[in-house]
Amino acid sequence: MQFGVFTVGDVTVDPTTGRLPSEHERIKAMVAIALKAEEVGLDVFATGEHHNPPFVPSSPTTMLGHIAARTERLLLSTSTTLITTNDPVKIAEDYAMLQHLADGRVDLMMGRGNTGPVYPWFGQDIRNGIPLAIENYDLLHRLWREDVVDWKGRFRTALQSFTATPRPLDGVPPFVWHGSIRSPEIAEQAAYYGDGFFANHIFWPKEHTQRMVGLYRQRFAHYGHGTPEQAIVGLGGQVFMRRNSQDAVREFRPYFDNAPVYGHGPSLEEFTAQTPLTVGSPQQVIDRTLGFREYVGDYQRQLFLMDHAGLPLKTVLEQLDLLGEEVVPVLRKEFDALRPAHVPEAPTHASLVAARDAADLTGAEGGR
Amino acid sequence: MTRRTLAVVSAGLGRPSSTRLLADQLAAATRDELDRRGAAVELHPIELREHAHDVVNHLLTGFPSPALREVLDAVAGADGLIAVTPIFNASYNGLFKSFFDVVDSDALAGRPVLIGATGGTARHSLALEHAVRPMFAYLRALVVPTAVFAAPEDWAGEGADAALRARIRRAAGELADQVDRRPAAIGPADPFALTTSFEDLLAGRDPA
Repeated sequence: MQFGVFTVGDVTVDPTTGRLPSEHERIKAMVAIALKAEEVGLDVFATGEHHNPPFVPSSPTTMLGHIAARTERLLLSTSTTLITTNDPVKIAEDYAMLQHLADGRVDLMMGRGNTGPVYPWFGQDIRNGIPLAIENYDLLHRLWREDVVDWKGRFRTALQSFTATPRPLDGVPPFVWHGSIRSPEIAEQAAYYGDGFFANHIFWPKEHTQRMVGLYRQRFAHYGHGTPEQAIVGLGGQVFMRRNSQDAVREFRPYFDNAPVYGHGPSLEEFTAQTPLTVGSPQQVIDRTLGFREYVGDYQRQLFLMDHAGLPLKTVLEQLDLLGEEVVPVLRKEFDALRPAHVPEAPTHASLVAARDAADLTGAEGGR
Repeated sequence: MTRRTLAVVSAGLGRPSSTRLLADQLAAATRDELDRRGAAVELHPIELREHAHDVVNHLLTGFPSPALREVLDAVAGADGLIAVTPIFNASYNGLFKSFFDVVDSDALAGRPVLIGATGGTARHSLALEHAVRPMFAYLRALVVPTAVFAAPEDWAGEGADAALRARIRRAAGELADQVDRRPAAIGPADPFALTTSFEDLLAGRDPA
């Protein structure tokens, strides 16, 4: 099982000090968080993509390329890549380039984006969100798998004899996850291609995540990619830890109360009861996280949101120490012991190359 | 015997509330009318005051608490809706509007709705026609022609009670007619149901 962090990249005032970091500080902090993730033994760092303040990560492959050069084994991913407003041709090129530079340590998560004006700024219409996600991804999928593409669609200019360069590393495209909070069409899309499905899992009650993942698993089997249990599922999560749970609650409360997304709404107690947010001791985080598999089944990737709402970098790095030293080793052992043998790990570049080679071999033997 | 459910939403803020009183009278009258037509009616009274914090939280977080989820499902799954608000500043009150802002925008399409309001004087009565009715028209609900407004004088005085009672009876009859001529509601729509095939999505065929 893979564990990691995902970041939104918000520049937010620290409500306890009134201090606002500069964009430069925030960008460097995101890099420091990624390096720390590798240092403490996490597997994945994923960055959001945004094109409006107060968010800084508008150029994910620039950042991930930089992190790739400074890490050895960390998997670099996105949360999410805007499949609606980016040109799928540019996604194909940028992420294939990143894949080469990172020696295959790359995957991506597709998302639609929910900021209304971003669509018109990039020449699109939010009401076409689903059709854009469907058409653009289908083109991207082909650009990574077919050397020469002829293509015509509704939303972008047609392509004649187009080759996206560089070709994916070893001829194997990066693995793709599809993220959605509430659109069954996206669970269906992930299932259709046999891609992964990532449930945000942060802002909504668990019953909701359970239904979305259930739908994806059922459709994954329907499209012949394996049994429902073999579908590739990722979950978000949000935690704040101190050794003493009362300290965690006391320290996190002002950040929660003023958080950009849910601040000034429900109380910390209501929100922790209604969503997977866990504020407490490392053991409480372990117990709560192990409980996730009871409603989504055995899953492959757990990403935690650790660095938002104005939390200072020092605090975030302390959180990552706790996560890497006390929480993830236990979760790794427990999840692995619980997972049946026929449920796969999340695909990596190495496993995808091996699977492709095995398939080629079988094909060659069958042809003889 | 057909089973029918009526959701009865009241946005009154006081306790006791004259808005709730009007809602209860409209509900009882509609139940009696449906009773006469041979239906077994179940009433779901919803006092928005009890859910005020959850409504605001939903506006801010984008999801309902479990308790509010039940209320939204009751509204979306009912055969008919009775919606009563106090009139504030020439319109529905903020709680009433906020609640219907978190009801799914398709949930009331084609649904029979009876609207009512209370106010400090009868001069507020047309707010039902220029504010409340258009909101439900936007939601594509089927609002019955008679809307019922109760001013303080309707609750007392010579003959006043009889006039309000007659309006309630007329409105309840109209709502019962609309409910009665429809097949029983099948409950709230499943938000996770796939309404189109992936092949259609891929081919750019819009199911809507």
